[in-house]
Amino acid sequence: MPDAVIVGAGVVGAACAYYASRAGLTVTVVDRGPVAAGTTGAGEGNLLVSDKEAGPELDLALLSTRLWRELAGTLPPETEYERKGGLVVATDGAALTALRAFAEGQTKAGVEAYEIPADGLGDLEPHLAPGLAGAFHYPEDAQVQPAMAAAQLLRAARADVRLGQEVTAVLTDRGGAVRGVRTSHGDLHAPAVVNATGTWGKALARLAGVHLPVLPRRGFVLVTEPLPPRLVRHKVYAADYIAGVASGSAGLRSSAVVEGTPAGTVLIGATRERVGFDRTLSTEALRRLAARAVDLFPVLAGVRAIRAYHGFRPYLPDHLPAIGPDPRVPGLYHACGHEGAGIGLAPATGLLVAAALCDDPPPLDPEPFRPDRFDDTEGAAS
Amino acid sequence: MTADLAVVGAGPAGLTAAATAARLGLDVTLLDAAQRPGGQLYRHPAGGPVPRPVRRLVRRLDRVTHLPHHHVWTVVRDGDTWLLHAVAGPDEAPAAVRARAVLLATGAYERQLPFPGWTLPGVVGAGGAQAMLKGGLALPGTGAPPAGTGPGAGGRIVVAGSGPLLLAVATTLAAAGARVPVLVEASGPAAYARHAAALARNPAKLFQGALYGGALLHRTTRLLTRHAVTAAHGTTRLEAVTVTRLDPDWRPVPGTGRRVPCDALAVGHGLVPQLELATGLGCATRRTPDGTPAVEVDAEQRTSVPGLWAAGETCGVGGAELASAEGEIAALSVAGRRPPAAAARRRARLRAFADALAAAHRPGPGWTDWLDGATEVCRCEEVTAARIRAAVTDLGARDARSVKLLTRAGMGWCQGRTCGPAVARLAGRDPAPDRRPLSCPVPLSQLAQPPGAEK
Ligand SMILES: Cc1cc2nc3c(=O)[nH]c(=O)nc-3n(C[C@H](O)[C@H](O)[C@H](O)COP(=O)(O)OP(=O)(O)OC[C@H]3O[C@@H](n4cnc5c(N)ncnc54)[C@H](O)[C@@H]3O)c2cc1C
Ligand SMILES: Cc1cc2nc3c(=O)[nH]c(=O)nc-3n(C[C@H](O)[C@H](O)[C@H](O)COP(=O)(O)OP(=O)(O)OC[C@H]3O[C@@H](n4cnc5c(N)ncnc54)[C@H](O)[C@@H]3O)c2cc1C
Repeated sequence: MPDAVIVGAGVVGAACAYYASRAGLTVTVVDRGPVAAGTTGAGEGNLLVSDKEAGPELDLALLSTRLWRELAGTLPPETEYERKGGLVVATDGAALTALRAFAEGQTKAGVEAYEIPADGLGDLEPHLAPGLAGAFHYPEDAQVQPAMAAAQLLRAARADVRLGQEVTAVLTDRGGAVRGVRTSHGDLHAPAVVNATGTWGKALARLAGVHLPVLPRRGFVLVTEPLPPRLVRHKVYAADYIAGVASGSAGLRSSAVVEGTPAGTVLIGATRERVGFDRTLSTEALRRLAARAVDLFPVLAGVRAIRAYHGFRPYLPDHLPAIGPDPRVPGLYHACGHEGAGIGLAPATGLLVAAALCDDPPPLDPEPFRPDRFDDTEGAAS
Repeated sequence: MTADLAVVGAGPAGLTAAATAARLGLDVTLLDAAQRPGGQLYRHPAGGPVPRPVRRLVRRLDRVTHLPHHHVWTVVRDGDTWLLHAVAGPDEAPAAVRARAVLLATGAYERQLPFPGWTLPGVVGAGGAQAMLKGGLALPGTGAPPAGTGPGAGGRIVVAGSGPLLLAVATTLAAAGARVPVLVEASGPAAYARHAAALARNPAKLFQGALYGGALLHRTTRLLTRHAVTAAHGTTRLEAVTVTRLDPDWRPVPGTGRRVPCDALAVGHGLVPQLELATGLGCATRRTPDGTPAVEVDAEQRTSVPGLWAAGETCGVGGAELASAEGEIAALSVAGRRPPAAAARRRARLRAFADALAAAHRPGPGWTDWLDGATEVCRCEEVTAARIRAAVTDLGARDARSVKLLTRAGMGWCQGRTCGPAVARLAGRDPAPDRRPLSCPVPLSQLAQPPGAEK
């Protein structure tokens, strides 16, 4: 019998498996699809500190930044970890003033951020549009290839991985404590179950009889044809992105993080909107992405997009993930709801979950991520 | 301006549908990516003579707004109408069409199964070779045509793969002056007997006929069934191929390979429906008997999405006659008329025959045995069979999408159109319905400012 069953083979489940097994636990990972079948396979691989304001999420991101750097030395190069740095640009004086205050808070929390005056932008990004007010450079912003990162973390965890098996029930004993899961391929017994099902976290929580209000928040990404190397050198985005991330509104929010990839394609993403699991193409979303990208890099106007894709971010109402034991059901742990930052936040999440499974002291204060912090109203028992 | 009907695709299905709908009084707009109407079968060079069947159909298009060279990259719902966005002309100009109903008649494209050496110059798709000849181009590998001869003159061209299209290709090549020493078909007559009453009455004879009818070929071309080209050889270009016997699962039989010298190889393993506009709109699909997904339609060619019809090979490969029959039924249905019973019967008979052929030519799972680890499966991103297999065995990929995420196979210029079916098979699956939200490359400037079509 393993020490824990982890449900979900996305990047978060993989990181939980990795740190749990590093802590000496044996784990089984179950997913109804292949590796990275969920949002991990539909995300970009930004590991950002730049877009997070001082607070619990930034603390989690800073810990993750350190852990990703460590992991880059352990995982094979196909993981494509690269610390390329972020450049957040302000289009006008007001945006620059706001960005300055934002960056000041971040710096106090331990982030490296440097103001770049308007006339210094060309050195960092020669193709940026003229007339921008200035920018902040965040050298710690990095990236990985998300699906590969999940696959390599799982491999390094040496976990027992069961793919193509759907969890259909959470098994509990008479006292209400978790004793495993039922899958499409039979029962798996374990004293602990970790809910790492991302956007489907609400449904899994419901199988365990608890309410966790994870909602899907759709995002589109545009991919261009391959372009000459180093056309775009950093992760470049406009300061209004930060407002989009923190917004709770259901309407379409867009921002365009523009970045080059080793394959030469440029990624432009992503939009944010709450429309349930609607898979149809939104030309409005693509319009905004393309327009923002061309605003930042006018050379892109003549470039063609060869692909667009979308995914559904796991979204919790206060924009913080649910991480750790669920006091309502002994043996149930959550690691989901990371919204647009799950790739970045995966290692710190895994470390927190592993510590909780082992009853070790947590690496940072887990209180803001308590899974039972939401209203328990919505049909918990159903 | 809102059209009553927008038809995407000007092959036999779309042309027939557009003409029929216009005759019934509908205001029809017909869009096609190609410069000339006719689709895959009636492809012809600009400026050259128009094939007779196309002439007949085009004559009936006088009341149709025909927009050639318009590649529809997406169709979206806008209130109670549809908006079709297209990239138009050589300048890739933006265009949009608004319509109350849409008919998808986007046809099919050729299925390629890779083998060692298939990326050598001189190896071409069978349908592609056919299309090039019809388009007035010389075949790669045969050089420029000598004066007074056809475009394929003089060269030795092996035709290989599976499916009834191979015969048409061999005949066209021979007519153009090429020598076709051998036609290599992976399936065998037993497959015809096994699969369907529609084919079974005299399977061996039918099989011969289907593959080998032309008198032109009889004298000069050997027909080898249950064989495949399992390797292509050459240093800078194709010089020879290895032809190997297959077992019923298409596994190469060891020790049976022999070398056939040639100047070119035309190879294809049937066609697969072009689905992305339909899947983008959420249309339900079915799996055809050869394992590929196709748009699911009812007896009136309605898809599962109200206001959307589909006809022709996007609903399953079946030839031009079936495509036309479906186009006509669809047009009647859009106009609110019940298709006559005779048309429905004809469609059912042709579809049953097509499905039986599809079953008989379904690629056997053993074809993956003719790959070696170094064979490039995805040519755009240069991903080898070994890397794809490693993604499956070591990294947890289980379908084409997860292979793509872990290897980049299918992420390049062709967006998996060439390698998709092969990659799915290497992951142990039948291919899933294609998802390509952009059905062709679109300039960012155009995405940023899509033209709004007036109501
Ligand atoms: C367009 C877009 C861009 C993004 N860009 C970034 C970025 O740049 N940086 C960043 O950090 N984040 C980004 N994100 C967010 C990031 O992708 C997610 O936060 C992250 O992938 C979540 O990972 P996960 O492991 O929690 O969930 P998932 O990857 O969704 O994994 C959950 C898994 O659970 C499985 N599952 C669900 N229910 C069951 C069940 N009952 N039984 C068995 N298995 C089940 C699913 O099959 C799935 O594989 C982006 C997201 C989108 C949509
Ligand atoms: C390469 C090839 C060669 C063939 N050769 C032969 C042969 O020699 N003999 C034979 O009997 N059969 C042949 N076939 C089969 C034959 O073409 C079909 O049976 C027949 O054409 C099907 O008609 P259709 O109308 O369904 O589709 P098609 O004739 O394929 O027409 C579909 C049309 O849709 C257009 N289209 C697709 N997507 C879009 C889009 N997004 N926007 C705008 N336009 C779009 C295409 O440009 C095309 O013109 C061949 C098929 C292929 C693919």
